[in-house]
Amino acid sequence: MSLHTLTVAELSAGLKARRFSSLELTLHFLGRIEKMSPALNAFVTITADRALADARAADERLARGQGGPLTGVPIAHKDIFCTDGILTTCASKMLSNFVAPYDATVVERWKAAGTVLLGKTNMDEFAMGSSNETSFYGPVCNPWDPNRVPGGSSGGSAAAVAGCLAPAASGTDTGGSIRQPAALTNLTGIKPTYGRVSRYGMIAFASSLDQAGVLTRSAEDAALLLGAMAGFDPRDSTSVDAPVPDYVAELSRPLAGLRVGVIREFFDKGLDPAVGALVQDAINALRAAGATVRDVSLPALPLSVPTYYVVAPAECSSNLSRFDGVRFGHRCESPRDLLDLYKRSRGEGFGAEVKRRIMTGTYVLSAGYYDAYYLKAQKVRQLIAADFARAFGEVDVVIGPTSPTPAFALGSKTSDPITMYLNDIYTIGANLAGLPAISIPCGFVQQGGRDLPVGLQLVGPHFAESLLLSVSHQYQRLTDWHKRLPTEYA
Amino acid sequence: MSLTRAQVEGIAHLARLEITEAQLPVYVDSLSRIIDLVEQLATADTGGVEPMAHPLAEQVQRLRADEVTESDRHDKYQQNATAVAAGLYLVPKVLD
Amino acid sequence: MEWETVIGLEIHAQLATRSKIFSGSSTAFGAAPNSQANLVDLGYPGVLPVLNLDAVRMAIRFGLATGATIARRSIFARKNYFYPDLPKGYQISQYELPVVQSGSLDILLEDGTHKRVGITRAHLEEDAGKSLHEDFHGLSGIDLNRAGTPLLEIVSEPEMRSAKEAVAYMKKIHTLVRYLEICDGNMQEGSFRCDANVSVRPRGQAKFGTRAEIKNLNSFRFVERAINYEVERQIELIEGGGTVVQETRLYDPDRGETRSMRSKEEANDYRYFPDPDLLPLAIDDAMIEAVRSTLPELPDEKAARFVAAHGLSAYDAGVLTASREIADYYETVVKGLGGQPKLAANWVMGDLSAALNKDGLEVAQSRVAAPALAQLLARIADNTISGKIAKEVFEAMWGEGKGADEIIDARGLRQITDTSAIEKAIDDVMAGNPQQLADYRAGKDKLFGFFVGQAMKATQGKANPAQLNELLKRKLAG
Repeated sequence: MSLHTLTVAELSAGLKARRFSSLELTLHFLGRIEKMSPALNAFVTITADRALADARAADERLARGQGGPLTGVPIAHKDIFCTDGILTTCASKMLSNFVAPYDATVVERWKAAGTVLLGKTNMDEFAMGSSNETSFYGPVCNPWDPNRVPGGSSGGSAAAVAGCLAPAASGTDTGGSIRQPAALTNLTGIKPTYGRVSRYGMIAFASSLDQAGVLTRSAEDAALLLGAMAGFDPRDSTSVDAPVPDYVAELSRPLAGLRVGVIREFFDKGLDPAVGALVQDAINALRAAGATVRDVSLPALPLSVPTYYVVAPAECSSNLSRFDGVRFGHRCESPRDLLDLYKRSRGEGFGAEVKRRIMTGTYVLSAGYYDAYYLKAQKVRQLIAADFARAFGEVDVVIGPTSPTPAFALGSKTSDPITMYLNDIYTIGANLAGLPAISIPCGFVQQGGRDLPVGLQLVGPHFAESLLLSVSHQYQRLTDWHKRLPTEYA
Repeated sequence: MSLTRAQVEGIAHLARLEITEAQLPVYVDSLSRIIDLVEQLATADTGGVEPMAHPLAEQVQRLRADEVTESDRHDKYQQNATAVAAGLYLVPKVLD
Repeated sequence: MEWETVIGLEIHAQLATRSKIFSGSSTAFGAAPNSQANLVDLGYPGVLPVLNLDAVRMAIRFGLATGATIARRSIFARKNYFYPDLPKGYQISQYELPVVQSGSLDILLEDGTHKRVGITRAHLEEDAGKSLHEDFHGLSGIDLNRAGTPLLEIVSEPEMRSAKEAVAYMKKIHTLVRYLEICDGNMQEGSFRCDANVSVRPRGQAKFGTRAEIKNLNSFRFVERAINYEVERQIELIEGGGTVVQETRLYDPDRGETRSMRSKEEANDYRYFPDPDLLPLAIDDAMIEAVRSTLPELPDEKAARFVAAHGLSAYDAGVLTASREIADYYETVVKGLGGQPKLAANWVMGDLSAALNKDGLEVAQSRVAAPALAQLLARIADNTISGKIAKEVFEAMWGEGKGADEIIDARGLRQITDTSAIEKAIDDVMAGNPQQLADYRAGKDKLFGFFVGQAMKATQGKANPAQLNELLKRKLAG
């Protein structure tokens, strides 16, 4: 069994038992990345020297019998997390020269847990996208089909993990940017409750929606990595001061007695029937394992997308105002005056989708429109949250597809922004309500002669990460979908 | 709802984004589509509903003790700036 | 046409916290450029604000001292605009739900009456950095040390009707924030700044006229002059058939006029929305009461006490409570004297203030400490020296740093109170000036002063004036 096909849990056991060293592991992954990443375009920066240093340090600790479950495990970070002394670009020309002077809390915590940093992964520019086609560094390809997208915005992290170039990677999820790529690349991707993981050092897109999370190949791995990432951070005012459970210890909770709610609104005409069928099979499997299943209705949920496309652009239009060429980032040549400095630095530095969202946000916040759009959207958001809360009064988790379709062809949805936005139709609700949600593999559909992964989404009440992980883990004991690897990368 | 050229130019100016003549119609079109999309919100009945202040409703702002915890790191921070002199960030002359 | 002036003031007071409102950087004035600007202050990607507890406490103090409502829940909002001294491209401020609402302040008018001026609101916000216009080859230099310093923006109701009222209000706020120790009030350093909203309307009209906002008013004198100029400008404009434009104007102290600000021609759309990085600020009763228990005696209370308990006039009490330092100094003197408030008041307002002004010192830096002054005044009270001699002693105390008794003894300045000694001096003077004596007795009353002077000279100025006068009158009468 090749090292790169092992899960994080298996690697952890192997390192502890000294079956292989972290250095060996790291060299193996760096070799694969060098050879195979260019075709996927999964990485922006490969931190080879740093990785080797991390690996050696980890091996020393392991030799002394010290270290925890993640000591010596290689990982990658989405290029949205600030890494001290390392280029942090958000896949944008605006930050193509930006060397972060500090580590994000997420980076600090995985580092303290002993992980090895392989590199920074590609993404949609400033996390705005659902296909990883807006990156300044070019689109990312799906290891399951090089002509298709891996999903976005955490497409680079997804491609790296799905292509076995890294055992796990961090991601961020504002409207589905962890879950949707996970679904399209046969990964387990979890977005925790808003406030569960610190946003300090995570370059902001939409502050009230952004959350950091993990893309891995199993729920067990996700439990390990989320546990190392989560917890209160005094530097983030929106960080919640509540203890982090031992997610790994709670994985074995049985499915029997679980009350599952199937979100009626998700099974609409936008859903690919083949995807719907696989999701239905998964629901049946849960039922067979002892869960009770019923329908739930979240009537405000169909307004998720319009709500999101008011709130997220509004917040990002303000968050991205700091990029003006004065203190960091791209600065235009020979500005004529202050206005020219701003307009050209920002005009040159940002791609089209980012500019679109900044302008949308500026518009909906502007005088005369605030009430009709922003205020209205925040009210509808409340309705959506109330719908979920009502459902959780009767069921433990709600379930549905993650994405309406499997991975689509590169360039097939880029002509109309709305078509692209609708990819997030099932994922956005959880962000609006601040709820934890996970996507796990539940089967494959055949398209264009390829097997394309399909994801099952579970959403839980606030701070129900343990439940989502244990249900996912139990499902992964009953099924094998998550173990399949794309042939070219296995 | 269609946005006009003038509106989009005004928005671009407010957001300090340079949009060329050639690009302008593209943005007018895509922004109009997006506004059409979000117009759907008008159909929602939100009478008596409070706007969501924060996803976790009971959370309130944490208060930090008034202590100086930072030291002078301007050398490190200014490595990312392209125009610095005598410790100051330089910009085209600011008129009052 | 009779015109009425309408003025509202917006005062920005820099709060005297050690660290900034949203970061742990120092707020100390005068540091090297950008040496007190951390990642949060610089608006770096990924950083987040965390609110300073003491800034909140100071806002509550101000609210309690002005009888305002403290909001149990207030919200921080982003004010979005682009300017080089605003690193994030937005200022974190408060918009719809400020921490302090609806207070008031009583000001003393020139005619001795009081006027209550309403305070609409006071809210917390962060200060911006500074642009330095010294030429860097056609460029401006930006220093962000000041970015993130906490400000309390205090907005008055448009209830002032003259420049003098505006100045009285501004001075009162200035005194109050210093009493409360929430702001050092240093206008030269920019820790206390004032903008004035000025408009005029025909007397009797209910509707407000269009107002102009005047910025850059960093002294009481400037405020008065700028407002007076602006009122005249607006009246002339309207009477000449023009209309007042709602705009921002800068006061030019060299020319003594206000002029339109070129760079702020376009009305800014600030696109306020609640800052998603900050949670609602919750203030409960416990917090308010904890702050209330730390409130000092406020200027008005103190002045009223001085009038009631010390018998001072309202005017004197007002002068002596203009700052806590002056008031504390005065009270220490009174305590040291064991009474005699009027004597203490006169000396603090008179000789002490004059000496401080001459040397450009604050009360805290006085070369004569309050107990020392009390001791000097005690020597007047117990007739050791006269009031006139005391001035000489005070000057010596100020210059040499010695105590009153030491100087009196060293210079032999004890007053002569021995009746026979004074009588002898008078007798000598009368004997030595027969012509003037005859003239005086013949009716030239003015010569009394001459005899006083001569007798004083004969006693090296040390004769007790009251006794001298008394005895001289008797002896001259014959």
